[in-house]
Amino acid sequence: MLFDIVSANSAPLPSEPWWRVFYDFSSLTQSINTSLNDAMSPFWTTVTEMLIIGVLFLLFYAVVGLFLVYAERKVCAFMQNRLGPNRVGPFGIFQTIADLVKLLFVELIPIKNADSFLFNLAPFIVIIAGFMALAAIPFAMGLHAIDLNIGVLYVIAVSAMGVIGVLLAGWSSNNKYSLIGAMRSGAQIVSYELSVGLSIITIVILAGSMQLSEIVEAQRAGWFIFRGHIPAFIAFIIFLISSTAETNRGPFDLAEAESELTAGYHTEYSGIKFAFFFLAEYMNMFIVASIAATVFLGGWMPFHVGNWVGFNIIMDFIPPFFWYIGKTFFVIFLMMWFKWTFPRLRIDQLLTLEWKFLLPINLVNVLIMAFIVLMGWHF
Amino acid sequence: MSNEWLILFFLVGAIFVGLVLIFSGIVAPKSINPQKFEPYECGIPTEGVTWLQFNVGYYLFAILFLVFDVETVLVFPWAVVMKEVGMVAFIEIVIFFFILGLGLLYAWKKHALIWE
Repeated sequence: MLFDIVSANSAPLPSEPWWRVFYDFSSLTQSINTSLNDAMSPFWTTVTEMLIIGVLFLLFYAVVGLFLVYAERKVCAFMQNRLGPNRVGPFGIFQTIADLVKLLFVELIPIKNADSFLFNLAPFIVIIAGFMALAAIPFAMGLHAIDLNIGVLYVIAVSAMGVIGVLLAGWSSNNKYSLIGAMRSGAQIVSYELSVGLSIITIVILAGSMQLSEIVEAQRAGWFIFRGHIPAFIAFIIFLISSTAETNRGPFDLAEAESELTAGYHTEYSGIKFAFFFLAEYMNMFIVASIAATVFLGGWMPFHVGNWVGFNIIMDFIPPFFWYIGKTFFVIFLMMWFKWTFPRLRIDQLLTLEWKFLLPINLVNVLIMAFIVLMGWHF
Repeated sequence: MSNEWLILFFLVGAIFVGLVLIFSGIVAPKSINPQKFEPYECGIPTEGVTWLQFNVGYYLFAILFLVFDVETVLVFPWAVVMKEVGMVAFIEIVIFFFILGLGLLYAWKKHALIWE
């Protein structure tokens, strides 16, 4: 009797394609969990799992952050017909590590009359906001730290917390450039937050769920950017623009406009504290890009074309994690392309773009999407 | 994993930043030079206090943001159940967005959407 139940649970469903069984990470994590449980008491199992997860995510955070700094410099060099970093290691891949070591050995300068408690608190908030957002992202099938049922809302909310760190940094530095940069950043993020939320809502209507794993699962028949007709595509474009603005990047980097404000909110930060702001900026870009990849481009779902059976089977061979990383880096490349192509906007142009163009378009777009879903016109 | 594990991510982030700051504080050199501790302002001594009365150009934007962000949070649950409820939900949201649109139009006509 017991044996029957066990075998019924462990046997794969016949309708499931082989790759969904083969590449499922939940069986791996479950087997690690059970073997740890067999070896020690529940308390120590929890402690060990905490250590493993903490160290893994920290490593992932650091490696991705360092790699993105390198990638940005290489992409920039490519756009400007230069070579970029090419001395430290093959193709200069160890350049950012060398920079990091150098920054570790730079003096941390305490600024006269600065609010030292808030000054030191700001890098903590910026890093923690990025790190907590990473917790809900599905990296591959069954590979996510926490599968929140309000995943999308959570990621938007937590990643927007970073602006508090930016405001604190600008306010506490006792520097006028920093203050102006922080105020600009506040206005900008507050405005563009709306567009991010509304363009995600467009897809939540289609998926009928806010849980990130369910949103990915709903795209099994096809990615939402293809299935949702034109409204989904418009939502993707709006999400790209507003998330670029929200991460203080590209043509919207008014908070740290070098030609006007020296370095904006982190003018007074030196050494490793400056590196934290730098790292957080790139990690925010990674988080935003992975949300774009998960919600619009199908997360770890392979690319399938209708009835091309052979093509679909070849696509299935690529593991889901590589699909996810590939899509994320595609979106990141788009954002870097923006940055090195367009000139910086003025602050009034920035706010006009959001309030007079993106927001009305977005409101109408949500209604059109709701109508399409109601009529069943989506694929 | 259950949602309480979010505390772990909070702690790991805080410990990471704290440890690196402590390490950097140990290995980084220190030298005393009164001019180094001045806030940067084009290389000249700073003029006046920084924390003065400041014309916050985005005060109106903050109020508008509050209205629209609460609206976004309201629309999220609607978007989840939209498929199941059907036509009633659609008509309701059309009315809701119509009123919101009137509000945005009013702010627009009152020149609240201009950075001064």
